[in-house]
Amino acid sequence: MEKKNKLQFSKTFKSNCITYGIVIVAFLIVQILLSAGLVSNLLKGLLVPLCSYAILAVSLNLTVGILGELSLGHAGFMCVGAFTSAFFSKCFMDTLPTLVRFPLAILVGAVCAGFFGLLIGIPVLRLKGDYLAIVTLAFGEIIKNIINILFIGKDSKGFHFSTTSAIDLNLEEDGQVLIKGAQGITGTPNDSSFIIGIVLLLITLFVVLNLIHSRAGRAIMAIRDNTIAAESVGINITKYKLMAFSISAALAGVAGVLYAHNLSTLIALPKNFGYNQSIMILVFVVLGGIGNIRGSVIAAVVLTLLPELLRGLNDYRMLIYAVVLIAMMLFNWAPKCIEWREKMLHKIKKNKKTTKEAE
Amino acid sequence: MKKLKKLVSIVVASAMVLAMAGCGASDAGNTAGGDTFKIGGIGPTTGAAAIYGMAVQNAAQLAVEEINAAGGVNGYQLELNFQDDEHDAEKSVNAYNNLKDWGAQIILGSVTSAPCIAVVEKTKEDNMFQITPSGTAVECVQYDNAFRVCFSDPTQGVIAAQYIKEKALGTKIAIIYDSSDTYSTGIYEAFAGEAANQSLEIVSTEAFTADSNKDFSVQLQKAKDAGADLVFLPIYYSESALILSQAAQMAYAPTFFSVDGMDGILSVDNFDASLAEGSIFLSPFTSTVNAKAETFSAAYEAKFGEIPNQFAADSYDAVYIIKQALEAKNATPDMTVSDLCEALKSAMVEINFSGTTGDSITWSADGEPTKAPIAIKIVNGEYTVL
Repeated sequence: MEKKNKLQFSKTFKSNCITYGIVIVAFLIVQILLSAGLVSNLLKGLLVPLCSYAILAVSLNLTVGILGELSLGHAGFMCVGAFTSAFFSKCFMDTLPTLVRFPLAILVGAVCAGFFGLLIGIPVLRLKGDYLAIVTLAFGEIIKNIINILFIGKDSKGFHFSTTSAIDLNLEEDGQVLIKGAQGITGTPNDSSFIIGIVLLLITLFVVLNLIHSRAGRAIMAIRDNTIAAESVGINITKYKLMAFSISAALAGVAGVLYAHNLSTLIALPKNFGYNQSIMILVFVVLGGIGNIRGSVIAAVVLTLLPELLRGLNDYRMLIYAVVLIAMMLFNWAPKCIEWREKMLHKIKKNKKTTKEAE
Repeated sequence: MKKLKKLVSIVVASAMVLAMAGCGASDAGNTAGGDTFKIGGIGPTTGAAAIYGMAVQNAAQLAVEEINAAGGVNGYQLELNFQDDEHDAEKSVNAYNNLKDWGAQIILGSVTSAPCIAVVEKTKEDNMFQITPSGTAVECVQYDNAFRVCFSDPTQGVIAAQYIKEKALGTKIAIIYDSSDTYSTGIYEAFAGEAANQSLEIVSTEAFTADSNKDFSVQLQKAKDAGADLVFLPIYYSESALILSQAAQMAYAPTFFSVDGMDGILSVDNFDASLAEGSIFLSPFTSTVNAKAETFSAAYEAKFGEIPNQFAADSYDAVYIIKQALEAKNATPDMTVSDLCEALKSAMVEINFSGTTGDSITWSADGEPTKAPIAIKIVNGEYTVL
């Protein structure tokens, strides 16, 4: 009887369990090592960024892998989440305790990024393929540039806005400038921790995996595979596209919140919120496997760790990192490599069989 | 083909192993009390801001080698480990954590402002002494464990306004600044604030961003129409050079006044140096400012084949400041990081330092240096100290 029950678990359920399992086991191992004091400071500092990059990769995979649209503006949504939540935290730094403030900040970041995703999605998702990619790229840059000229201050009269300089805010003597244009936000409380990061990553995985295997998810994948066929069976294309796109944006916003509350300074540079970052996230997704959620997490972790672990090589660090990227991409995706891998796998299996038979 | 694949995988594997081994080795160094002072440097040695990071790294290396050759500090040698942060706050914190694993006791950095603000948060937690050669934002030294060698952005703006008033360099002032740059906006805001106090008349204020830093004719035309006789440029030399040549094209010849960002304008490629004739800027360093600066410039040029900029000078001084502070308290490398920090903190407010960026510099407990600004005028194609 028991055996029969086990067999009833579907393949997807097992696969999902493995994905959650990997994250939880990784978390437990790190926790054990942490309590044993075996983790270097470098790795300790990397734990939160690892979670936020993994969330980013998973959320982008929803757009690229499941919805099948190439988005190059993912860092823009991360930027929205980061800045709105940091702004929120700065405003309520003295009035709310951390336990209330940080979950609210996460919510604010996610909702704002999701809202922007919806806003951008309405006009943009009419486009396809390359055109969509270019518009999302432009969107990411627009977000970054707007934040770079935005000044917001607070005094007893309320909030003041300006797009020219902090002086034009006309603050009172005791006024406080919260967002200082190109100087960004400084003094965000360091609320992020590894445990919160892991919980958020698990929630992200839960949301994305459940969406994929739900009715809506099947509709989204139907749109990806053949838009016309999907439309002909009565699937509301705009609705499902927007759904996937804004959920993906909201999750990127969550990653942004984690990022913003891990560092005390937040500046929108090309490096962290520009298209370089968007491409970096896309690299995680492509390398981990388009549509492969588990792969995204693993690729994000490996590729974030790699340049830091290569610090021992000094000046050759970034060079080797690039070479490794190319090598990994070839190994994963080149047809000849796939063929070779399959052959090797086959050989190993065959060897096992023969040894078994010999036994 | 198969061989190639094997080769690639071997290379990749060995790279990983090497990296792991590197980490392992550095972990081991952490536990030893050691007989050297370990200075950890952080700055961008790759990426767009690499020119600053490299200058700081080179000059710090030069200073450490000189000090070690002369017998070290209190009889102990110095050791420098410089880590790349790519001008990114997140990477800068990673670099700091990496240096902690290596066993760093003193932090020299970060070179650029935003990463420096992120790192100072971490050094504060660990109570590690930090001195930044060139982090100019106010928040870079907001904690008591951090000090800086350069002027802060607001200080530069205030000093510039006071200097213009004092020397009566102009009555109607136009400003052109980069609104996408923290350094530029920081100076501009302080300058505009102080100009009001000094009753200087600002007739036009025009901004540009990093995406539109090639054509300045609109900004210059507005300044000209407003009748400005002095144009204040709180920006870097590459843009200053463009502004000077475009002003010459439209036959507009006010006095150009700038801050330390203008240092280096005479060596810009394809720039007619005669256009800069008569321009004045405030800078902490030029190679001719004093005897120490001359020796340093010569040594730097001999070793690295280029004329040092102010970042290099700030960094060179920072190492010597650390040396003087360590000597003042008879510090030894076997002290804990926290004890060393306390000793250096109390030493910093007592010492009187003379180096390449000024004579008898003192520090207050808030980490800001007190030193006289040096005004430099370009005369006959050379930097001349006023």
